[in-house]
Amino acid sequence: MKHLLDVQNLSVAFRGDDRRERTVVDRVSFHVNPGEILCIVGESGCGKSVTALAIMDLLSRNGRITEGSVRFDGRELIGMTAGEMDQIRGSKMTMVFQDALTSLNPVFTVGRQLTESLRVHQGLDKKEAAKRAVTLLEKVGLPDPATMMKKFPHQLSGGQRQRVMIAIALSCDPKLLIADEPTTALDVTIQSQIMSLTRDLIHELNMSMILITHDLGLVAEMADRVIVMYAGQIVETADVYSLFHTPAHPYTKALMGAVPSIYDSSDRQLASIRGTVPENYTELSGCRFADRCDHACEDCRSGAKSEGTFSVSAEHTVRCILYAPESDKEVTSCV
Amino acid sequence: MSNQLIVENLVKYYPIKDGIIPHTIAEIKAVDGVSFSIEEGTTLGLVGESGCGKSTIGRQIVALEKPTSGSIFFEGEDLTQMTASRLQEKRTNLQMVFQDPYSSLNPRKKVFHILADPMIHHHICTKEEAPSRVDELLDMVGLNRSAKDRFPHEFSGGQRQRIGIARALALNPRLIVLDEPVSALDVSIQAQILNLLKNLKAKLGLTYLFIGHGLGAVRYISDRIAVMYMGKIVELADADTLFTHPLHPYTKALRDAAPVPDPTLRDRKSSALTGEVGSAMDIPSGCRFKNRCVHACAGCSAVNMELIEAEPGHFVACPYALRFAETPKSAKGGAEHV
Repeated sequence: MKHLLDVQNLSVAFRGDDRRERTVVDRVSFHVNPGEILCIVGESGCGKSVTALAIMDLLSRNGRITEGSVRFDGRELIGMTAGEMDQIRGSKMTMVFQDALTSLNPVFTVGRQLTESLRVHQGLDKKEAAKRAVTLLEKVGLPDPATMMKKFPHQLSGGQRQRVMIAIALSCDPKLLIADEPTTALDVTIQSQIMSLTRDLIHELNMSMILITHDLGLVAEMADRVIVMYAGQIVETADVYSLFHTPAHPYTKALMGAVPSIYDSSDRQLASIRGTVPENYTELSGCRFADRCDHACEDCRSGAKSEGTFSVSAEHTVRCILYAPESDKEVTSCV
Repeated sequence: MSNQLIVENLVKYYPIKDGIIPHTIAEIKAVDGVSFSIEEGTTLGLVGESGCGKSTIGRQIVALEKPTSGSIFFEGEDLTQMTASRLQEKRTNLQMVFQDPYSSLNPRKKVFHILADPMIHHHICTKEEAPSRVDELLDMVGLNRSAKDRFPHEFSGGQRQRIGIARALALNPRLIVLDEPVSALDVSIQAQILNLLKNLKAKLGLTYLFIGHGLGAVRYISDRIAVMYMGKIVELADADTLFTHPLHPYTKALRDAAPVPDPTLRDRKSSALTGEVGSAMDIPSGCRFKNRCVHACAGCSAVNMELIEAEPGHFVACPYALRFAETPKSAKGGAEHV
C-alpha cells in the first residue's frame, strides 16, 4: 500500500536562551496509511506535539528541522516554499489543537471563521461558503447550525468549540487530520461524544488521522496503529491489538501498569515509573529510558545494540536491547 | 468507627448581579442540598463533570468559602457556626491540596518557608525546631532534603505536587481535601502521587475527601464514592460496587464514557450521553438529569432527588433506579475483561 504520509529520520532542534541548539525530536520515522488512525502516545515533553508541528511546518521561530524528510501524498514537504505549503496546510492536511478557545479567533463569529478556509482554499463565494458551512456544522452534531454561525467562540461550551474546530478542519475535504490532544480539556462524557463523532467522520470521508494523546484508554478506543514516544524517540510501533496484548518495551508496559482501572478491586499498589523524563535527554548515550527501567544493565547505556530498533513481529518494532536477536544470553544476565 | 465529618444539607448559591445599582438578578446553584459523612480513616471520592459543584464542596469544608446554608460538623463541632478564633484553631486539622501545582505555591518563597511558616504561625513548632521538622516532611513525601533551599519553579509538576502535599501535612491535619491532585500530571507521575497518598493515609491515619474526574484514580484511592450532578449527589456507594453495579443512569453513563485501555472492548455497547450539562442558573424541575437520561419518563418531573437507600449502604437519587439496574452478574462479566 502506498503511504499517505511518510516521515523519515525527522529531527527537530530548538535554540534555547543560551543560543545552544537542543535536539527535541531525534530521527523519527513512521508512516500513515490511507484511511487509518495512527495514535502517538507518550508523556508530556517527549516530542509528540513537536513532531506534529514539524510535519505541518508550524514550528516556532527558534525551532527548525535539522534533518529528515516528510513526504505527503507523494510530495516532499521539507524545502517547500511558504506559498506551496499554504496550499496544503489547512486544505489537504489540517490540524485540531488541544485548546479550542485559544485556537479560535475571539473577535470573529463561528461563521466567518468557518467560511474563511472555504473561500481561500476552494474559491467559493460568500453565499456558497455559508451554505457549505451550515452543512458542516450539522455534520459535527451542533444543534441549530444557522444560529451557531452567528455566535462568537466565548458563547460556546468547550465541547461545542471543539466541534467547531473539527468542522473547520474538515471543511476542505482533507486527506489527513492531525489532532493534538483534542479532548484533554473536556469531561469524559463530552470526550466520548467528540471521539465517536471523529471516528465516524474519518471513516465516512475516507480520511487518515494522527491522534496525539497521553491517554492509553483513548488509544485503545481509537487507534489502528500506535507509536509510543519517549524522550524524543519512537520506542515502540505496533498495531493496537499487539500493543495492548503483547506490549514489548519496558516503558510501554510500565505506562500500562500505571493506569488505575475502575474495575480493579484488589488493594494492590499502582505500578509507577520512578523518576521523571530526563532533561537534556539528547546528551544521554544508549537507551534514554535506562535510568527508570527495571531491566536496565550496562549494555543498555553503552552497548553496541543499545540504540538499535528490533522487530518483535512483522508490524511490531521496539527500541530495546532485550529484543535484540542472538543476544538471549546477554539478556538474561541483564534481567 | 465514628464519623469524622458530617455534611448536612449543604447549600451554596452564587448571586449574579446586574444593573447600575447592582441587584441580584439570578443565582447559580452550585451546591444544592448535599449531605454525606466520612468515617475516620477512610476516603470518600467525589466525582462528576466540571461545574457540578464538587470543588465548591471541598472549599467549604476547609472554610475557604462560607455556605449559604447547611452545616458541616467536623469532629462534632459545626464549622459554619464557629467564632473566627475557634475556626483558626480548627483549621490546622483541615488541610487542602490543590489541583494546579504551579499556581498553588508562592513563587517567591523557598520550599523551606512554604513548609515552615505555617507551622510557626500555628505554634506547631518553634523556629528552632522548624529545620528538622521540614526535613522530616520532605522525607515523608519522597523529596530530597536539599529541596528546601530551592524555589517552586525549579521543580517538575510531580515534585511540586509533593511539596503541596508536604505543606498540607505540616500542620498535622486529620482531614485532607484533595481537589483533583493528579489531573495535571502524567500517568507515570500520577501513579507515584496516588501511591504516596495511599501510603501516607495508612501511616498517619488520615481521612481524605478526594475530588476528581478521572474515575480510575478515584476508584483506586477511595473507600466510598459519591457521584454529583448539577449540585446534587445522585449516587453514593462503596467503591467496589459503584462502578461494577451502578444504579443511577448517570453513573452508568459516566462509567461507559471513560475509555477502557483494551482495544477488544472498543465496540462494546455503551449508553453514551447526548447533550451537555445544563446551566446551573436554570435548573430543571424534578430530576435534574432527566433531559439527558435514556430512561426519562413523565414521572421524572416529580422526583425530588432525595437519596434513597436502594440496597444496604448503596444510596441513589432515582426512585426508578432499581428497575434499570444491571444485575451484578453482568457487572462481573465487565470486570473479567479488565
